[in-house]
Amino acid sequence: MQPFQYIEPKSLDEAVALLAAQPGETQLIAGGSDLLSEIKEGVAAPRRLVSLAGIPGLRGIRETGGGLELGAMTTIAELAQHPAIRACYTALAQAAEELATPQIRNVGTLGGNLAQRPRCWYYRHPQTVCLKKGGDRCYALAGVSKYLCVTGGDRCYIVHPSDTAVALSVFDARVEIAGPRGTRTMPIGEFFIGPGQDLLRENGLEPGELVTRVLLPGQDEIPLGPPLQRGVGGISVPVRSLYLKARERETGDFALVSVAVAVALEGDTIRQARVCLGGVAPVPYRARPVEEYLRGQQVADVDAAHAGSLALPNPRPMADNGYKVPLTANLVTRAVGEVMSGG
Amino acid sequence: MPDAVPAAATTATIALEVNGRVHRLTVRHHWSLLDVLREQLDLTGAKRGCDRGECGACTVLLASRPVYSCQVLALQVGHRPVVTVEGLGESNILDPVQQAFLDNDGAQCGYCTPGFVMSARALLDDNPHPSDDEIRQALAGNLCRCNAYGRIIQSMRAMRDAAR
Repeated sequence: MQPFQYIEPKSLDEAVALLAAQPGETQLIAGGSDLLSEIKEGVAAPRRLVSLAGIPGLRGIRETGGGLELGAMTTIAELAQHPAIRACYTALAQAAEELATPQIRNVGTLGGNLAQRPRCWYYRHPQTVCLKKGGDRCYALAGVSKYLCVTGGDRCYIVHPSDTAVALSVFDARVEIAGPRGTRTMPIGEFFIGPGQDLLRENGLEPGELVTRVLLPGQDEIPLGPPLQRGVGGISVPVRSLYLKARERETGDFALVSVAVAVALEGDTIRQARVCLGGVAPVPYRARPVEEYLRGQQVADVDAAHAGSLALPNPRPMADNGYKVPLTANLVTRAVGEVMSGG
Repeated sequence: MPDAVPAAATTATIALEVNGRVHRLTVRHHWSLLDVLREQLDLTGAKRGCDRGECGACTVLLASRPVYSCQVLALQVGHRPVVTVEGLGESNILDPVQQAFLDNDGAQCGYCTPGFVMSARALLDDNPHPSDDEIRQALAGNLCRCNAYGRIIQSMRAMRDAAR
């Protein structure tokens, strides 16, 4: 591994100042699972790493006003095991549990999972300088596109690799960001940006900014309807949710396609629905036609296969990834069916 | 000019607790825990397979949890205790996991075995009676290129069943 300097600031202000000082040469390190691979492969070459490990208050899960506050340094294993997440934000616990391997889940963090870089092997190859690295072409167009996107590509055709981002999207999570100009929060749907907006990055973090927390709202703050179940530790979330992930290997693999579904019920009526897809687009992709179809339906009347058929309105598969279109429809069909039957 | 980042690697002196002993070591910032275990402490049980956090041959316990030591910097360890395969058992007595692998031919070439043993140890410390599925999930981050998975799982089952 090429040498670098490792710094563990003791405060957020210090971390922000260090990150902002030499943005081109400095990178944030959380768990390091993704970043250290990039450095070993020569894809990233920071001269200085700023760690968040020494900053108090960034790790752990706290109940706040009906919802949960997830520290960016919380490990994926901690998310997967947390009783309130398992009970009330089930899709998130499932996404965490299905992510990578036990060894990575013990080190990998929520913030790192959201900010990880794409897996496109042309981007990851040490000798290619693709558009995402500031080059002048996408090598996948003439190469193998099996794992790339079927919607939302624009010169670059990555898929966003995060499982937790897909699950967080169906709970209307907000991302809290600290930076040189203070703290701001944004809906998770606005945090991720596609190549049409910026080829060189996958999220809206500006130089010097970092993710500090993810906020999971309780039912009072999101339009998901009245509480249907009392959750663990006084948290009530009125939704049934589910995360399904299709992949080539049963473990340690990124999603070919994944789907998170959350519905809020009032009696037998679906008051609100959220459906988000992973593995199909450069950002976590909200399947809004499915949400619109489900909203207002009686549970018994839902045609899961029809819901599945609405998931990708205008797919634009590449040479080798046409399989993702029926896979997406089938996975959404299965997820909607399971959620309707009590999930 | 803003304070310049040094071109060469910097070093730090750390206190690293490995297998119950605290070592004072001077390490370069970019050294992984695996680098330090193997090159400085001569603990070569953890193997350098892929060096990318994929194969699991470098698995050690960090604060009782299995991690890929190749993907953790030595400086990230802090005060958390590290246990390697050398830290299991007594001088002449194998850890029950090691004994179970031996009794059930849970190894072929043996290169991946220390990593599997550490993942297995972590599982059984948490859950002495794992289901078959829990065994498979716990070992999912370790690869065996000899494809001895059947015997590895059998070793774990035998141990679980003996503990009943």
